[in-house]
Amino acid sequence: MLNYIWFGLMAIALIVAAFTGTVDAVTKGAVDSAKVAVEISLGLVGIMTLWLGIMRVAEKAGLIAMLGRLLRPFSRVLFPEIPPDHPAIGAMILNVAANMLGLSNAATPLGIKAMEELQTLNEEKETASDSMVTFMVLNTAGIQFIPATIIGVLAAAGAKNPTAIISTTLAATLCGAIAAVITAKVLQRFFPYRGNAVAEVAE
Amino acid sequence: MIREILGAISRWAIPILLVGIPLVGLIRGIKVYDVFIEGAKEGFNVAIRIIPFLVGILVAIGMFRASGAMDLLTNALRPMMTALGFPTELFPLVVLRTLSGSGSLALTTDIIKNYGPDSLTGRMAATMYGGSETTFYVLAVYFGAIGVKRTRHAIPAALVGDVVAAIVAVAVCTWMFA
Repeated sequence: MLNYIWFGLMAIALIVAAFTGTVDAVTKGAVDSAKVAVEISLGLVGIMTLWLGIMRVAEKAGLIAMLGRLLRPFSRVLFPEIPPDHPAIGAMILNVAANMLGLSNAATPLGIKAMEELQTLNEEKETASDSMVTFMVLNTAGIQFIPATIIGVLAAAGAKNPTAIISTTLAATLCGAIAAVITAKVLQRFFPYRGNAVAEVAE
Repeated sequence: MIREILGAISRWAIPILLVGIPLVGLIRGIKVYDVFIEGAKEGFNVAIRIIPFLVGILVAIGMFRASGAMDLLTNALRPMMTALGFPTELFPLVVLRTLSGSGSLALTTDIIKNYGPDSLTGRMAATMYGGSETTFYVLAVYFGAIGVKRTRHAIPAALVGDVVAAIVAVAVCTWMFA
Protein backbone atom coordinates (compact mmCIF):
# COMPACT_ATOMS: atom_id res chain seq x y z
CA MET A 1 0.00 0.00 0.00
CA LEU A 2 2.83 2.34 0.91
CA ASN A 3 4.24 1.72 -2.59
CA TYR A 4 1.15 3.20 -4.23
CA ILE A 5 0.72 6.08 -1.77
CA TRP A 6 4.39 7.01 -2.08
CA PHE A 7 4.39 6.99 -5.87
CA GLY A 8 0.92 8.57 -6.01
CA LEU A 9 1.92 11.60 -3.91
CA MET A 10 4.92 12.35 -6.15
CA ALA A 11 3.11 11.64 -9.44
CA ILE A 12 0.17 13.87 -8.46
CA ALA A 13 2.66 16.59 -7.46
CA LEU A 14 4.28 16.44 -10.91
CA ILE A 15 0.96 16.50 -12.79
CA VAL A 16 -0.42 19.38 -10.70
CA ALA A 17 2.87 21.26 -11.11
CA ALA A 18 2.59 20.91 -14.88
CA PHE A 19 -0.82 22.63 -14.83
CA THR A 20 -0.25 25.26 -12.14
CA GLY A 21 3.39 26.15 -12.84
CA THR A 22 4.63 25.22 -9.37
CA VAL A 23 7.44 23.01 -10.66
CA ASP A 24 10.17 25.09 -8.99
CA ALA A 25 8.40 24.82 -5.65
CA VAL A 26 8.06 21.04 -6.10
CA THR A 27 11.80 20.70 -6.77
CA LYS A 28 12.57 22.78 -3.70
CA GLY A 29 10.04 20.77 -1.69
CA ALA A 30 11.80 17.52 -2.58
CA VAL A 31 15.31 18.77 -1.81
CA ASP A 32 14.33 20.52 1.43
CA SER A 33 12.31 17.55 2.68
CA ALA A 34 15.23 15.18 2.17
CA LYS A 35 17.40 17.48 4.26
CA VAL A 36 14.77 17.79 7.00
CA ALA A 37 14.32 13.99 7.11
CA VAL A 38 18.01 13.44 7.75
CA GLU A 39 18.09 16.21 10.36
CA ILE A 40 15.15 14.61 12.20
CA SER A 41 16.82 11.17 12.11
CA LEU A 42 20.18 12.47 13.32
CA GLY A 43 18.39 14.52 15.97
CA LEU A 44 17.11 11.23 17.41
CA VAL A 45 20.62 9.82 17.98
CA GLY A 46 21.11 11.33 21.45
CA ILE A 47 17.74 10.53 23.03
CA MET A 48 17.68 7.17 21.27
CA THR A 49 21.01 6.20 22.80
CA LEU A 50 19.97 7.44 26.25
CA TRP A 51 16.62 5.64 26.36
CA LEU A 52 17.81 2.40 24.83
CA GLY A 53 20.49 2.30 27.53
CA ILE A 54 18.04 3.01 30.34
CA MET A 55 15.58 0.51 28.90
CA ARG A 56 18.23 -2.21 28.98
CA VAL A 57 18.81 -1.47 32.67
CA ALA A 58 15.03 -1.58 33.31
CA GLU A 59 14.83 -4.90 31.47
CA LYS A 60 17.70 -6.49 33.41
CA ALA A 61 16.23 -5.22 36.67
CA GLY A 62 12.95 -6.98 35.85
CA LEU A 63 10.98 -3.70 35.76
CA ILE A 64 9.70 -4.17 32.21
CA ALA A 65 8.35 -7.64 32.92
CA MET A 66 6.75 -6.38 36.14
CA LEU A 67 5.00 -3.56 34.31
CA GLY A 68 3.79 -6.05 31.72
CA ARG A 69 2.26 -8.34 34.36
CA LEU A 70 0.67 -5.37 36.14
CA LEU A 71 -1.24 -4.23 33.06
CA ARG A 72 -1.92 -7.72 31.75
CA PRO A 73 -5.74 -7.26 31.62
CA PHE A 74 -5.35 -4.49 29.02
CA SER A 75 -2.54 -6.01 27.02
CA ARG A 76 -4.33 -9.37 26.73
CA VAL A 77 -7.20 -7.68 24.91
CA LEU A 78 -5.00 -5.51 22.66
CA PHE A 79 -2.13 -7.92 21.99
CA PRO A 80 -3.42 -11.49 22.48
CA GLU A 81 -0.48 -13.02 20.54
CA ILE A 82 2.22 -11.64 22.84
CA PRO A 83 3.26 -13.85 25.79
CA PRO A 84 2.54 -12.14 29.15
CA ASP A 85 6.15 -11.92 30.30
CA HIS A 86 7.57 -10.73 26.99
CA PRO A 87 9.52 -7.43 27.20
CA ALA A 88 7.44 -6.09 24.28
CA ILE A 89 4.45 -5.55 26.59
CA GLY A 90 6.44 -3.48 29.10
CA ALA A 91 8.05 -1.40 26.36
CA MET A 92 4.67 -0.70 24.73
CA ILE A 93 3.16 0.34 28.06
CA LEU A 94 6.05 2.74 28.72
CA ASN A 95 5.64 4.22 25.23
CA VAL A 96 1.90 4.81 25.68
CA ALA A 97 2.51 6.28 29.15
CA ALA A 98 5.18 8.67 27.78
CA ASN A 99 2.81 9.74 25.00
CA MET A 100 0.01 10.41 27.48
CA LEU A 101 2.29 12.65 29.52
CA GLY A 102 3.38 14.48 26.36
CA LEU A 103 7.00 13.30 26.70
CA SER A 104 7.49 12.85 22.96
CA ASN A 105 11.31 12.79 23.33
CA ALA A 106 11.06 9.66 25.43
CA ALA A 107 8.03 8.19 23.66
CA THR A 108 9.72 7.74 20.26
CA PRO A 109 12.75 5.72 21.51
CA LEU A 110 10.47 3.65 23.78
CA GLY A 111 8.13 3.00 20.86
CA ILE A 112 11.00 1.91 18.63
CA LYS A 113 12.24 -0.37 21.42
CA ALA A 114 8.74 -1.88 21.61
CA MET A 115 8.72 -2.40 17.84
CA GLU A 116 12.09 -4.17 18.06
CA GLU A 117 10.71 -6.47 20.75
CA LEU A 118 7.65 -7.18 18.59
CA GLN A 119 9.99 -7.91 15.68
CA THR A 120 11.62 -10.75 17.66
CA LEU A 121 8.20 -12.49 17.67
CA ASN A 122 7.48 -11.69 14.03
CA GLU A 123 7.43 -14.60 11.60
CA GLU A 124 7.97 -12.46 8.52
CA LYS A 125 10.56 -9.78 9.18
CA GLU A 126 9.54 -7.38 6.39
CA THR A 127 5.81 -7.61 7.07
CA ALA A 128 4.01 -5.98 9.99
CA SER A 129 2.45 -8.41 12.49
CA ASP A 130 -1.06 -7.87 13.90
CA SER A 131 0.41 -6.63 17.19
CA MET A 132 2.70 -4.18 15.39
CA VAL A 133 -0.25 -2.63 13.55
CA THR A 134 -2.34 -2.37 16.73
CA PHE A 135 0.56 -0.73 18.55
CA MET A 136 1.20 1.55 15.57
CA VAL A 137 -2.36 2.88 15.46
CA LEU A 138 -2.25 3.56 19.21
CA ASN A 139 0.68 5.85 18.39
CA THR A 140 -0.76 7.52 15.28
CA ALA A 141 -3.84 8.34 17.38
CA GLY A 142 -1.55 10.51 19.55
CA ILE A 143 -3.17 9.93 22.95
CA GLN A 144 -2.14 12.65 25.41
CA PHE A 145 -3.59 14.27 28.50
CA ILE A 146 -2.20 17.78 28.03
CA PRO A 147 -1.73 19.00 24.44
CA ALA A 148 0.98 21.42 25.61
CA THR A 149 2.09 22.70 22.19
CA ILE A 150 -1.31 23.86 21.06
CA ILE A 151 -2.22 25.27 24.50
CA GLY A 152 0.94 27.36 24.11
CA VAL A 153 -0.24 28.60 20.72
CA LEU A 154 -3.69 29.49 22.10
CA ALA A 155 -2.12 31.31 25.05
CA ALA A 156 0.27 33.22 22.77
CA ALA A 157 -2.68 34.28 20.62
CA GLY A 158 -4.30 35.78 23.72
CA ALA A 159 -6.92 33.14 24.57
CA LYS A 160 -8.89 33.86 27.76
CA ASN A 161 -8.98 30.19 28.68
CA PRO A 162 -6.40 28.28 26.63
CA THR A 163 -6.83 25.08 28.63
CA ALA A 164 -10.53 24.81 27.74
CA ILE A 165 -9.55 22.47 24.92
CA ILE A 166 -8.00 19.82 27.21
CA SER A 167 -11.27 17.95 27.66
CA THR A 168 -12.31 18.21 24.01
CA THR A 169 -8.88 17.06 22.87
CA LEU A 170 -8.99 14.08 25.22
CA ALA A 171 -12.42 13.11 23.85
CA ALA A 172 -11.21 13.39 20.24
CA THR A 173 -7.99 11.47 20.78
CA LEU A 174 -9.62 8.66 22.80
CA CYS A 175 -12.42 8.18 20.25
CA GLY A 176 -9.84 8.24 17.47
CA ALA A 177 -7.68 5.65 19.23
CA ILE A 178 -10.62 3.34 19.95
CA ALA A 179 -11.85 3.62 16.34
CA ALA A 180 -8.34 2.93 15.00
CA VAL A 181 -7.80 -0.13 17.22
CA ILE A 182 -11.23 -1.58 16.37
CA THR A 183 -10.58 -0.99 12.65
CA ALA A 184 -7.17 -2.65 12.96
CA LYS A 185 -8.69 -5.69 14.70
CA VAL A 186 -11.45 -5.99 12.10
CA LEU A 187 -9.15 -5.52 9.11
CA GLN A 188 -6.30 -7.80 10.22
CA ARG A 189 -7.94 -10.97 8.87
CA PHE A 190 -8.31 -9.41 5.40
CA PHE A 191 -4.59 -8.72 5.10
CA PRO A 192 -2.81 -12.05 4.77
CA TYR A 193 0.17 -12.67 7.00
CA ARG A 194 2.20 -15.85 7.16
CA GLY A 195 2.51 -15.59 10.95
CA ASN A 196 -1.26 -16.11 11.24
CA ALA A 197 -1.21 -19.23 9.09
CA VAL A 198 1.63 -20.71 11.15
CA ALA A 199 -0.24 -19.97 14.40
CA GLU A 200 -3.41 -21.62 13.07
CA VAL A 201 -1.55 -24.74 11.98
CA ALA A 202 0.11 -24.90 15.40
CA GLU A 203 -3.31 -24.89 17.06
CA MET B 1 -6.12 20.69 40.14
CA ILE B 2 -5.87 17.63 37.89
CA ARG B 3 -4.05 19.82 35.39
CA GLU B 4 -1.46 20.84 38.00
CA ILE B 5 -0.88 17.22 39.03
CA LEU B 6 -0.47 16.10 35.42
CA GLY B 7 1.85 19.03 34.74
CA ALA B 8 4.02 18.12 37.72
CA ILE B 9 4.16 14.48 36.61
CA SER B 10 5.26 15.57 33.13
CA ARG B 11 8.00 17.80 34.55
CA TRP B 12 9.37 15.23 37.01
CA ALA B 13 8.85 12.01 35.07
CA ILE B 14 12.11 11.94 33.10
CA PRO B 15 14.62 12.77 35.87
CA ILE B 16 12.83 10.39 38.24
CA LEU B 17 12.92 7.56 35.67
CA LEU B 18 16.59 8.27 34.87
CA VAL B 19 17.49 7.90 38.55
CA GLY B 20 14.83 5.42 39.65
CA ILE B 21 15.45 2.70 37.06
CA PRO B 22 19.23 2.38 37.76
CA LEU B 23 18.44 2.54 41.51
CA VAL B 24 16.25 -0.58 41.25
CA GLY B 25 19.01 -2.16 39.14
CA LEU B 26 21.63 -1.45 41.80
CA ILE B 27 19.42 -2.90 44.53
CA ARG B 28 19.08 -6.07 42.46
CA GLY B 29 22.85 -6.30 42.08
CA ILE B 30 23.16 -5.25 38.42
CA LYS B 31 26.23 -3.48 37.02
CA VAL B 32 24.02 -0.63 35.89
CA TYR B 33 26.61 1.40 33.98
CA ASP B 34 27.85 -1.61 31.99
CA VAL B 35 24.29 -2.65 31.14
CA PHE B 36 23.41 0.93 30.18
CA ILE B 37 26.33 1.11 27.74
CA GLU B 38 25.43 -2.27 26.28
CA GLY B 39 21.88 -1.09 25.50
CA ALA B 40 22.88 2.42 24.45
CA LYS B 41 25.23 1.12 21.73
CA GLU B 42 22.15 0.41 19.62
CA GLY B 43 20.97 4.04 19.61
CA PHE B 44 23.07 5.32 16.74
CA ASN B 45 22.25 2.41 14.46
CA VAL B 46 18.52 2.75 15.06
CA ALA B 47 18.55 6.47 14.25
CA ILE B 48 20.57 5.86 11.07
CA ARG B 49 18.32 2.98 10.02
CA ILE B 50 15.31 5.35 9.96
CA ILE B 51 16.91 7.76 7.43
CA PRO B 52 15.92 6.08 4.12
CA PHE B 53 12.33 5.52 5.28
CA LEU B 54 11.92 9.07 6.50
CA VAL B 55 13.56 10.63 3.43
CA GLY B 56 11.22 8.62 1.20
CA ILE B 57 8.04 9.63 3.01
CA LEU B 58 8.92 13.26 3.71
CA VAL B 59 10.11 13.94 0.14
CA ALA B 60 6.85 12.59 -1.34
CA ILE B 61 4.78 14.65 1.11
CA GLY B 62 6.98 17.72 0.54
CA MET B 63 6.48 17.52 -3.22
CA PHE B 64 2.73 16.97 -2.85
CA ARG B 65 2.35 20.02 -0.60
CA ALA B 66 4.58 22.27 -2.70
CA SER B 67 2.69 21.48 -5.93
CA GLY B 68 -0.56 22.92 -4.63
CA ALA B 69 -2.28 19.54 -4.98
CA MET B 70 -3.57 19.94 -1.44
CA ASP B 71 -5.69 22.96 -2.43
CA LEU B 72 -7.12 21.08 -5.40
CA LEU B 73 -7.99 18.14 -3.18
CA THR B 74 -9.70 20.27 -0.54
CA ASN B 75 -11.61 22.22 -3.20
CA ALA B 76 -12.77 19.01 -4.84
CA LEU B 77 -14.00 17.54 -1.56
CA ARG B 78 -15.53 20.78 -0.30
CA PRO B 79 -19.12 20.20 -1.56
CA MET B 80 -19.17 16.78 0.13
CA MET B 81 -17.86 18.24 3.40
CA THR B 82 -20.43 21.04 3.34
CA ALA B 83 -23.20 18.51 2.70
CA LEU B 84 -22.04 16.50 5.71
CA GLY B 85 -21.94 19.62 7.89
CA PHE B 86 -18.17 19.54 8.44
CA PRO B 87 -16.70 23.09 8.67
CA THR B 88 -15.02 23.65 5.28
CA GLU B 89 -12.36 25.97 6.72
CA LEU B 90 -11.09 23.07 8.87
CA PHE B 91 -11.00 20.42 6.18
CA PRO B 92 -7.45 21.21 4.92
CA LEU B 93 -6.27 20.68 8.50
CA VAL B 94 -7.70 17.13 8.59
CA VAL B 95 -5.62 16.20 5.52
CA LEU B 96 -2.47 18.09 6.53
CA ARG B 97 -2.51 16.74 10.11
CA THR B 98 -1.79 13.20 8.92
CA LEU B 99 0.99 14.34 6.54
CA SER B 100 3.06 17.03 8.24
CA GLY B 101 3.58 17.94 11.88
CA SER B 102 5.18 21.35 11.30
CA GLY B 103 2.78 22.13 8.43
CA SER B 104 -0.34 21.34 10.43
CA LEU B 105 0.94 23.32 13.42
CA ALA B 106 1.47 26.34 11.15
CA LEU B 107 -2.01 25.94 9.66
CA THR B 108 -3.62 25.55 13.11
CA THR B 109 -1.80 28.66 14.35
CA ASP B 110 -3.03 30.51 11.29
CA ILE B 111 -6.67 29.45 11.84
CA ILE B 112 -6.44 30.44 15.53
CA LYS B 113 -5.12 33.89 14.57
CA ASN B 114 -7.70 34.44 11.81
CA TYR B 115 -10.79 33.27 13.72
CA GLY B 116 -9.62 34.23 17.22
CA PRO B 117 -8.27 32.00 20.03
CA ASP B 118 -11.64 31.94 21.82
CA SER B 119 -13.75 31.36 18.70
CA LEU B 120 -15.46 28.04 18.07
CA THR B 121 -13.45 27.49 14.86
CA GLY B 122 -10.18 28.29 16.64
CA ARG B 123 -10.94 25.83 19.41
CA MET B 124 -12.01 23.16 16.93
CA ALA B 125 -8.71 23.59 15.07
CA ALA B 126 -6.73 23.39 18.33
CA THR B 127 -8.64 20.26 19.35
CA MET B 128 -8.02 18.66 15.97
CA TYR B 129 -4.30 19.40 16.17
CA GLY B 130 -3.95 18.16 19.76
CA GLY B 131 -6.17 15.13 19.27
CA SER B 132 -4.09 13.42 16.61
CA GLU B 133 -0.56 12.61 15.47
CA THR B 134 1.34 12.96 12.19
CA THR B 135 0.36 9.49 10.99
CA PHE B 136 2.76 9.10 8.06
CA TYR B 137 5.74 10.33 10.08
CA VAL B 138 5.05 7.90 12.94
CA LEU B 139 4.58 5.11 10.40
CA ALA B 140 7.88 5.85 8.63
CA VAL B 141 9.86 6.09 11.88
CA TYR B 142 8.49 2.98 13.63
CA PHE B 143 8.33 0.63 10.69
CA GLY B 144 11.59 2.09 9.34
CA ALA B 145 13.44 1.37 12.58
CA ILE B 146 12.78 -2.36 12.25
CA GLY B 147 12.84 -2.57 8.44
CA VAL B 148 9.18 -3.49 7.94
CA LYS B 149 8.12 -2.72 4.36
CA ARG B 150 4.70 -4.36 4.08
CA THR B 151 2.49 -2.33 6.42
CA ARG B 152 -0.70 -4.38 5.80
CA HIS B 153 -3.77 -2.70 7.33
CA ALA B 154 -1.81 -0.08 9.32
CA ILE B 155 -2.55 2.86 7.01
CA PRO B 156 -6.32 2.33 6.60
CA ALA B 157 -6.78 1.68 10.34
CA ALA B 158 -4.70 4.73 11.30
CA LEU B 159 -6.61 6.96 8.86
CA VAL B 160 -9.98 5.77 10.19
CA GLY B 161 -8.74 6.82 13.63
CA ASP B 162 -7.67 10.24 12.30
CA VAL B 163 -11.03 10.86 10.61
CA VAL B 164 -12.99 9.79 13.70
CA ALA B 165 -10.81 12.06 15.88
CA ALA B 166 -11.50 15.02 13.57
CA ILE B 167 -15.28 14.41 13.52
CA VAL B 168 -15.38 14.01 17.31
CA ALA B 169 -13.31 17.20 17.69
CA VAL B 170 -15.89 19.19 15.71
CA ALA B 171 -18.86 17.54 17.46
CA VAL B 172 -17.54 17.89 21.01
CA CYS B 173 -16.41 21.51 20.49
CA THR B 174 -19.84 22.40 19.05
CA TRP B 175 -21.49 20.78 22.06
CA MET B 176 -19.19 22.41 24.63
CA PHE B 177 -18.47 25.85 23.21
CA ALA B 178 -21.22 26.81 20.74
